[in-house]
Amino acid sequence: MEIILQLKGIHKSFGGLKTLTDVNMTVKKGEIHALIGPNGAGKTTLLNIISGIESLDKGTIFFKGQDISRFPPYKRAILGMGRTFQHVEVFGEMTVKENVMVGFYLRKNRGFVSYIFSLPEVKKEEKDIEKKSLEILDYIALSHKKDFLAKNLTIGEQRILEIGRALATTPELLLLDEPAAGLNIRETKTLGQLIRKIRDERGITVLVVEHDMELIMKISDIITVLNFGCVIAEGGPLEIQKNSEVIKAYLGEED
Amino acid sequence: MGIGFNIIYNSTSIINLAQGEFVVIGGLGMWYFLEAVKLPFPLAFISTIVVAAVAGLLMERLTIRPLMKKLDLLLMIMVTISVSILIRGLLMFKFGKEPYTYPPFTEGEPIVLFGAVITQQILWVIGITFLSIVLLYLFFNKTLLGRAMKACSIDAKAARLMGINVSQIVMLSFVISAVVGAIGGIAITPISLMEYDKGPMLAVKGFCAAIVGGLGKSRGAVFGGFLLGIVESLTAGYLHSGFKDAVALLILLFVLFFKPAGIFGSKEAMRLRKL
Ligand SMILES: Nc1ncnc2c1ncn2[C@@H]1O[C@H](COP(=O)(O)OP(=O)(O)O)[C@@H](O)[C@H]1O
Ligand SMILES: [Mg+2]
Repeated sequence: MEIILQLKGIHKSFGGLKTLTDVNMTVKKGEIHALIGPNGAGKTTLLNIISGIESLDKGTIFFKGQDISRFPPYKRAILGMGRTFQHVEVFGEMTVKENVMVGFYLRKNRGFVSYIFSLPEVKKEEKDIEKKSLEILDYIALSHKKDFLAKNLTIGEQRILEIGRALATTPELLLLDEPAAGLNIRETKTLGQLIRKIRDERGITVLVVEHDMELIMKISDIITVLNFGCVIAEGGPLEIQKNSEVIKAYLGEED
Repeated sequence: MGIGFNIIYNSTSIINLAQGEFVVIGGLGMWYFLEAVKLPFPLAFISTIVVAAVAGLLMERLTIRPLMKKLDLLLMIMVTISVSILIRGLLMFKFGKEPYTYPPFTEGEPIVLFGAVITQQILWVIGITFLSIVLLYLFFNKTLLGRAMKACSIDAKAARLMGINVSQIVMLSFVISAVVGAIGGIAITPISLMEYDKGPMLAVKGFCAAIVGGLGKSRGAVFGGFLLGIVESLTAGYLHSGFKDAVALLILLFVLFFKPAGIFGSKEAMRLRKL
């Protein structure tokens, strides 16, 4: 299968403290790839490095065969990388619909100047994007909240909105950081279905960091386990469940 | 003026204390192109706008941009003060210390309304103000680019990952606010004259208007501006016109004193840190 993301020898320290040590990882196109590990293992840091919010000390990131190690975040987004956050970061003062509309910004095909000189086109574009945004809200089942300010949604809804906003950027790879955190059982189930649907219907590759093992076991094709900044295991859900090192490092921690 | 603050504040959380200088650049630039170069009105207008836009652009590229990584709100505000001093120096060098003015946009009899005399230029100022608000409102709420700017101010980290080039947006916000400031300067100069060092006073008044009306809200800024204007002219009428400018400062101090959290509060500081 085609490789969409490849990490080679990633190192990262924060003030002498090694957070990631020689991380190698390959994400194949069309897979739901889970990244698990105890708190502080470096999962969020790895997602930050992949999306470009943090710089890396050593190593290379290939996205769709291209070395993007030094690309700024917005360029990675334009190349087709979408992302959600462990601590939700919706645009709180904007409505749900506007949040999604922002996502379409990077697919715009006009420069700054044309905003001043071609009003009819701007208007048409606006209509077009509004329509597409409503389609996305339908897709993630948030249409009924479209005119709410994002900050007034529940945590679960905000997490779903973040996914919708990321979908608006038409990503090929979607990075999700603990999407089920703070969700109840029913919401988690819906989330699992949504992630599957995004992959099955849109062919979007998903790299998901998650603590909810039930969810992970249900949706992922392959799991990578990170502990103290090192990859300690990789394999299918059943394999990982049986792996003694994983049980010791990870499940052991949860008692 | 107040609106100018809000544009930059809206998209970067930086309070640009050089905003007053953009207004002066507008007034003096217009005088220069109109009276010294003798360009026709529309051309002089456009040239002035271009000069202001370039000034805003340079300011952002040369001072704000290199500091963006440090993310120190106070430091950046200090920098805007130094830019303001620098621009003032340059303007004095070019124009000297005397005030400048040029004829109103349209000639004609003033209108008398409820016993108050309103010159046509005042109507121009009011008209331009409202037009600016409407346009800016439409821009920030009804266009992709404007919405991206708004998104940057709310959460720059997330905006970046939505493919928004934040540094381009910051630059744009400086240019837009310089232009809005300059247009204001062009409009008020026939009424109130313009000299090189009027910037800080204008900045204080604009800042004041923005704060009284609520930082971050254009409509609020205009409301604050009008409130300030009314209080000022009442002071001038009933007390002494020398107190006029002091009133703006007093109001500013008053608001800062009682609502300081709204300006340098942790929420705003946090927003900046996300950039
Ligand atoms: N910006 C940062 N500065 C300093 N230390 C950091 C920073 N980001 C993460 N860390 C440290 O890196 C380690 C891994 O954190 P993180 O990637 O958030 O783990 P996880 O997401 O797996 O729980 C933690 O010890 C954390 O304190
Ligand atoms: Mg984390």
